[in-house]
Amino acid sequence: MADFKIAIIGSGPGGMSAASHAAELGLSHVLLESTDHLSDTIFKYQKGKHVMDEPQVLPLRSPLDFTAGTREHILEIWNTQVAGHNTNVKYNTEVTEIGGEKGNFSIKTKSGETITAEFVVLGIGLQGNLRKLGVEGEDLDMVQYQLDDPDEYADETIVVIGAGDAAIENALALTKQNNVIIVNRKDEFSRAKQGNEDGINKAIDTNVITPYYFANTVKVEKFGEALGSGEIGKIVLSTKSGETEVNCHRIIARLGAIAPRRFVQSCGIEFPSDDPSAVPALTDQYESNVSGLYIVGALAGYPLIKSAMNQGYEVIEFIEGNDVEPADEPLLKEKFRSFSARNNNMSVSNVLEMITTNVPLLSGLTTLQLREFMIDSDMRTPAEGEIIFERDDFTNTFYSIVGGEVQVQINPQDPSQRISLNKGAFFGEMSLISGHRRSATILAGKNCVLIETPRRSMNKTISSVESVKRVIDEAFLMRALQAKIAPNTSVEKLQSVISTATLQSFKAGEELFHEGDEGDTLHLVRSGSLTVSKTVGGKEVVLSYLPAGNYVGEMALFGDDMRSATIRAAVATETICLDGDAFRKLADEDEDVRKRVQEVIDNRKQANVQMEDNSDSGTIISFLVEQGLGEATDVLLIDESLCVRCDNCEKACADTHFGTSRLDREAGPTFAALHVPTSCRHCEHPHCMQDCPPDAIHRAENGEVYIANNCIGCGNCQRNCPYGVIQMALVSKKQKTSLVSWLLTGAGIAPGGHDAAAAKKDPDAKKMAVKCDMCKDISGGPSCVRACPTGAAIRVNPGEFMSVTNLENY
Amino acid sequence: MMHQSLFVYSGYRYFKLCMVLIITSVIAYAIHTPVDGPNGGTWLGYTLGGLGAAIILLLMWFGMRKRSYKSDMGQVQGWLSAHVYLGVALIIIATLHAGFQIGWNIHTLAYILMFIVIFSGIFGVYAYLRYPALMTKNRRGNTLELMLVEMSELDRECREAAAQLTDEINKCILDCSENTKIGGSVWQQLSGKDSNCATLAAFNKAGELNKLLPKEMAGDASHLMTLLGKKCELVQRARRDVQYKAMMDIWLYFHVPLSFALLAALTAHVVSIFFYW
Repeated sequence: MADFKIAIIGSGPGGMSAASHAAELGLSHVLLESTDHLSDTIFKYQKGKHVMDEPQVLPLRSPLDFTAGTREHILEIWNTQVAGHNTNVKYNTEVTEIGGEKGNFSIKTKSGETITAEFVVLGIGLQGNLRKLGVEGEDLDMVQYQLDDPDEYADETIVVIGAGDAAIENALALTKQNNVIIVNRKDEFSRAKQGNEDGINKAIDTNVITPYYFANTVKVEKFGEALGSGEIGKIVLSTKSGETEVNCHRIIARLGAIAPRRFVQSCGIEFPSDDPSAVPALTDQYESNVSGLYIVGALAGYPLIKSAMNQGYEVIEFIEGNDVEPADEPLLKEKFRSFSARNNNMSVSNVLEMITTNVPLLSGLTTLQLREFMIDSDMRTPAEGEIIFERDDFTNTFYSIVGGEVQVQINPQDPSQRISLNKGAFFGEMSLISGHRRSATILAGKNCVLIETPRRSMNKTISSVESVKRVIDEAFLMRALQAKIAPNTSVEKLQSVISTATLQSFKAGEELFHEGDEGDTLHLVRSGSLTVSKTVGGKEVVLSYLPAGNYVGEMALFGDDMRSATIRAAVATETICLDGDAFRKLADEDEDVRKRVQEVIDNRKQANVQMEDNSDSGTIISFLVEQGLGEATDVLLIDESLCVRCDNCEKACADTHFGTSRLDREAGPTFAALHVPTSCRHCEHPHCMQDCPPDAIHRAENGEVYIANNCIGCGNCQRNCPYGVIQMALVSKKQKTSLVSWLLTGAGIAPGGHDAAAAKKDPDAKKMAVKCDMCKDISGGPSCVRACPTGAAIRVNPGEFMSVTNLENY
Repeated sequence: MMHQSLFVYSGYRYFKLCMVLIITSVIAYAIHTPVDGPNGGTWLGYTLGGLGAAIILLLMWFGMRKRSYKSDMGQVQGWLSAHVYLGVALIIIATLHAGFQIGWNIHTLAYILMFIVIFSGIFGVYAYLRYPALMTKNRRGNTLELMLVEMSELDRECREAAAQLTDEINKCILDCSENTKIGGSVWQQLSGKDSNCATLAAFNKAGELNKLLPKEMAGDASHLMTLLGKKCELVQRARRDVQYKAMMDIWLYFHVPLSFALLAALTAHVVSIFFYW
């Protein structure tokens, strides 16, 4: 007989909700939490943080309450209610191993205890446990693994252990009032961000911080009583010259966290792919491949608090054998309403079944995944002839055809040339993958029923469901080949080329191949961009820049297997690599292919000659590529020989965006007179979109990447943006500036100013992430450019701007 | 899309417009021979006067347009291009309007004020053409703020280097870090110089004092001199940066207030003509 019927591991929103529901039903249960408080992830939010209850449409189904509010308020409610339900919580219990099977799981804890349970619910989140020192004394109170407020400590000797950004930032912040020592296992800090690396090296050079290199911690010891100088303990380090002891007040170890994935896998749970964002495959009832072991919350792919709490409730019902209707049922009903009405009031489950049958691409999804997929997606029934999207739009949603057909206009010059795609097919994958504009216009055909899925949900599905990824990759390849190289070749013939194709990824700056290398593969850029360079007079000169959709290595087609130039990835880039032999065969059989490639070669040769004569243009391209413009779609460039530093651009930006300028004119690098200010570049694959919990960052039709009002102010986008163009600001719509009164009397706020007092007083003001939205809601185009009196500010598409003819004039 | 200066804006649109205005005015003036000689009271005089006054109002409206950030009435660059060309054209149009008559009266006051405003504007154009590029070159990729940070960093290094040396040298270094001023009075900003520069003084004085040091301190002393030399160069560059910005700003302090004075004089000129003449 097991100790408990249900053991719940992790007291986050999911686990807590499950345990309380089990308590409510009077089931024998235990909630195991590794720390001494509930919900560690939310506990660690900064003080006073406003927690949002997205998605607002989803009803809450949990014995615990949850509405948007401050971190403190929410934690207090949970603490009271968890206790109120007599939930059996076991704190300070870190689980190290889960063994056994349904009906008799044995859970080992760090303290050596074994707990048995019939069912296990895993809700440990994604944050992971902070890595500890792993030596004697690691749990002493003088050792800490986090630092909330560096100003809390003064006049102490503090040993900081670690060489990452967190360790460096802590060490530097502590130097203000303390004597700081940093312990590094290696002899350099190259793992950290450039700014931090420079900062720590400078602090060490100027003796502000004392470093220990090649040093490992042997043990930590606390003295019986503090030394005369105040140190309360010591750390023993092994260094190259033997063991050293350092007396100190405090040790702060920043050694990162242990991602939970390895632990999860050790429990026998399988992940569908190695992609770090992949979530374990689960049944409709949240059960993993290990029977009796359920997963809820962020680990199961539900990062939002409310959906995790709902899952917690449902998982207990499922374990009890009750088939509860999922909380999202009314949402799906609403989604399918107009479709169901036309189809004999088809039920939600029947519609889902029909989707699985009609769209082979989605047949690999579990019902749970499909429900989640459909909540994010829209079911559309456009009238015949309606435009789904137009060529050159910047949208990036993905479409699956559930019924009927769509028409693709394949020739922009002649709209009547169309091919049709039928039930079961899909489209929109080109823009999704490359981050580029739509490559064709699509019109609805007869009886058309479509599922439109936003980029984020599609990417999540691609990384979690292997079959979806494979099918989409193949389709992308086929369509890219058709579009760029062989529009008139039959699909069967192309298949033979595609079967040789592989997908290759390159880091920014990595070489695809080097000038003079032998090789005959052809690379078609799938996402990212490339630079082409040649050695001229012993120096590498950049000749051109190639955005996604172009190909390189084409010379090999004509028997020249010596690479004529060096190709480098400008940013993280994926290419489709095609075998030279297969490609040559294709060109031999199809004269049209040969002609097209020859044309590209001729154009390139001509451009290269022009560029070699004008090597300055190459230097400008290198500079711009170094600034990350290789992934930009629209960037603000300032010609400093025209810029009179009046900052009218910043004022215009602030004035049109509630008083906060989204660009910093002065910051940012300059080459010759070309200045790249700190301002959004609207990346092809925006880094900011990567990890936005409420999915508030979108791309508009004209390519503007913008942050919608459902931003929760978590700051993820700010951290993810490599260009530092996102800031957190208190946005109040009650900003009044008056040109006339300011001009005549000096009263009020000048246009372009910020009324901070009004913002503070405004109860509707909201702290959120702000960035350039290219003034998409204002007529007349970006206000920074319109307001520049001297023409110094322009916005360009780097792909078009970085061309020979343009740069020659610089 | 490429950068283009305000002169070539939109294919020299406003240059062409102004040339048409000027040539038409000159031809009309040449063929028009009123009985009592060319003056503001003839039909041509009124026409040119009306045109001139309209241009002045339009030029002054630039200040409003520049700050109406939500307006989509053309680009500010276009407005400035027109502002510059029309402003220059005004010299000719107003002179022809006056029929070259000068006197000690309100009319001539308006005329002279107009000239000062236009010439301060022309200086502004000169400053806008000359200083931006110089500023970029002088900054070497830094901002003024970063230069100041670098300066305080050098101060700290100087203090450390001087710690091994005599008290007098330390005093001189302290003086250097506490009393070096960047900017200051309008004149100091515009000249880019400070005749009492504490850094330069420290450099000279430390040089003198170092000569008195025993040999074993020579290494530290020469390190200190290198640092002070670096700071001198940095201070000079920072002052030059302030100077360039001041040159780009200073003329506006004449241009704008005097244009309001011009507006007042112009109003008096127009009113006096219609009521007292």
